[in-house]
Amino acid sequence: MAAVAGALAPDWIVSLATIAFANALAVLGLVVMWRAGLISFGQALYYCVGAYAVALTGRWAGITDAFILVLLGGVASWLIAAIVGFLLARYREIFFAMLSLALSMILYGGLVKTESLGSTDGFSISTPTFAGYAPHSAAMLQLSLYWLTLLVCFLAALGVGAYFRSVAGSLAAPIRDNEIRVEFLGASVTRLIHVKVMIAGLLAGIGGALAALAIGHVDPNMAYWTTSGGFVFVTVLAGSSSVAAAFIGSLLFESLRSAAFDLMPGLWQITLGSVLLVTIMFLPEGLGSILVRLRRRSSAKPS
Amino acid sequence: MTDILVAENLEKTFGSLVAARDINVRVPAGQTVGVIGANGAGKTTFINMITGHLRPTRGRILFEGTDITGQPSRAITRLGIARSFQVAQIFPSLTAFENLCVACAVAHAPQGLFGPLLTPVQSPAVIAEAQAAIELFQIARYRDVPASVIPQGVRKLLDIAMAIAGSPRLLLLDEPTSGISIEEKFDLMTVVMSALKTRNITVLFVEHDMEIVERFSDRVLAFYDGTVIADGTPANTLADARVQELISGTKLKHKAAAHA
Repeated sequence: MAAVAGALAPDWIVSLATIAFANALAVLGLVVMWRAGLISFGQALYYCVGAYAVALTGRWAGITDAFILVLLGGVASWLIAAIVGFLLARYREIFFAMLSLALSMILYGGLVKTESLGSTDGFSISTPTFAGYAPHSAAMLQLSLYWLTLLVCFLAALGVGAYFRSVAGSLAAPIRDNEIRVEFLGASVTRLIHVKVMIAGLLAGIGGALAALAIGHVDPNMAYWTTSGGFVFVTVLAGSSSVAAAFIGSLLFESLRSAAFDLMPGLWQITLGSVLLVTIMFLPEGLGSILVRLRRRSSAKPS
Repeated sequence: MTDILVAENLEKTFGSLVAARDINVRVPAGQTVGVIGANGAGKTTFINMITGHLRPTRGRILFEGTDITGQPSRAITRLGIARSFQVAQIFPSLTAFENLCVACAVAHAPQGLFGPLLTPVQSPAVIAEAQAAIELFQIARYRDVPASVIPQGVRKLLDIAMAIAGSPRLLLLDEPTSGISIEEKFDLMTVVMSALKTRNITVLFVEHDMEIVERFSDRVLAFYDGTVIADGTPANTLADARVQELISGTKLKHKAAAHA
């Protein structure tokens, strides 16, 4: 349905939806951690690593295939997450959040100082191809990227859904509730959290890779804390109860942002802030709680 | 009968404070051992050392002949030693049944990095085992109630039911009746002990109520000042002059203080 809608919708909507769904992958990663009571203010680290991995592979190795580039972006960010995960998995609460933030700002600082990578300006990415197919128009390129993003999101949603139903995934609320009991059941909390950090890093990296291809450009702002803040914003908006909510929430956020930016250029932050305020006050468990309620109601109906 | 648990010369010090010393205990498989002693006598330290929560300063612990001294608690759990806590350690945001499902699923999941990732939590075997446990401990009426709102006694039972999800051979109960009213204590212990009997589990339980100790244990260990001062049948241990002076006597004072 979303794929057909993409073919019919005007260009700017396709472009907005591509970015929204790419960012939703980072949000989905935050949801994975949030279920265990962990929040990261530094997912932009992985997002930026994924984006730069795509850009640099194109630049140095000349690879333009979008499938390979996205895969490489994911692998690069997963590796970073696997390494910093050893450190992060030992921290909780605000320390976990701020340490994540610190790591992302180190990357930001490093990129800003790196003249060869364009410093604050970043650099452009060569036009991608899709398994040998090179889109002949800008519109087709945009649509191809949109479909690729949809495919990746679909696979990610399936994967994360399966993870939530696994033993490791179902230990999220128990970790939030009572780590001692989890350990005395025979499971390692540190290892479980390390895996969550890796899943979240992988997802954010793939999101960053897709976003980089869609924008056609990378710059250090992708690692800046406001980027991480945006992901956290959408996570609060979406809530942690549903995988679909991450995608709907991200689409809503991007639409809202561009609408607010168009209608009241000087006041868009106030608009977004108000939306977050209303969400927290009236829908503390996010959009996902509405989806869960609807699903329960439909399954409760006698068939 | 073979010894399931052997503690040799166990000692635990925190700086200059000696929490446990010269503990030598052998527990044959199938025995139910009551552990008594005043607060601070070293009972919980003893249990914490066996379950890997604390590392002994000296001495060693053998479980079924294997040296488990200083191993991490989850490794010891995997070997077959489970425990409950003075304050029930459950997952408040899950229902009673979900608590048990999680416990059973973790116990059955293959170990390693990928085992827990690739095993679904809600398998028919897990659901059947959780349902059996909830019935065995007679808390089925609280099955779908969030654990945050179930009564204290039920929490205690749930805690113990979760502890034995992995079919342990040795179970350590740290004050199973603490926080329970006097009228309910006997019923709770009856449910627990009859449930454990069906599973052939060796039990060590810490208890302050001498009537319960006498009624439910085959053997009683009396702790005082970090070490075991009496060890024998309930009748013998409770009749011991030092136990009466230092422990049962102390307990009366505690009761008086609690009522004051």
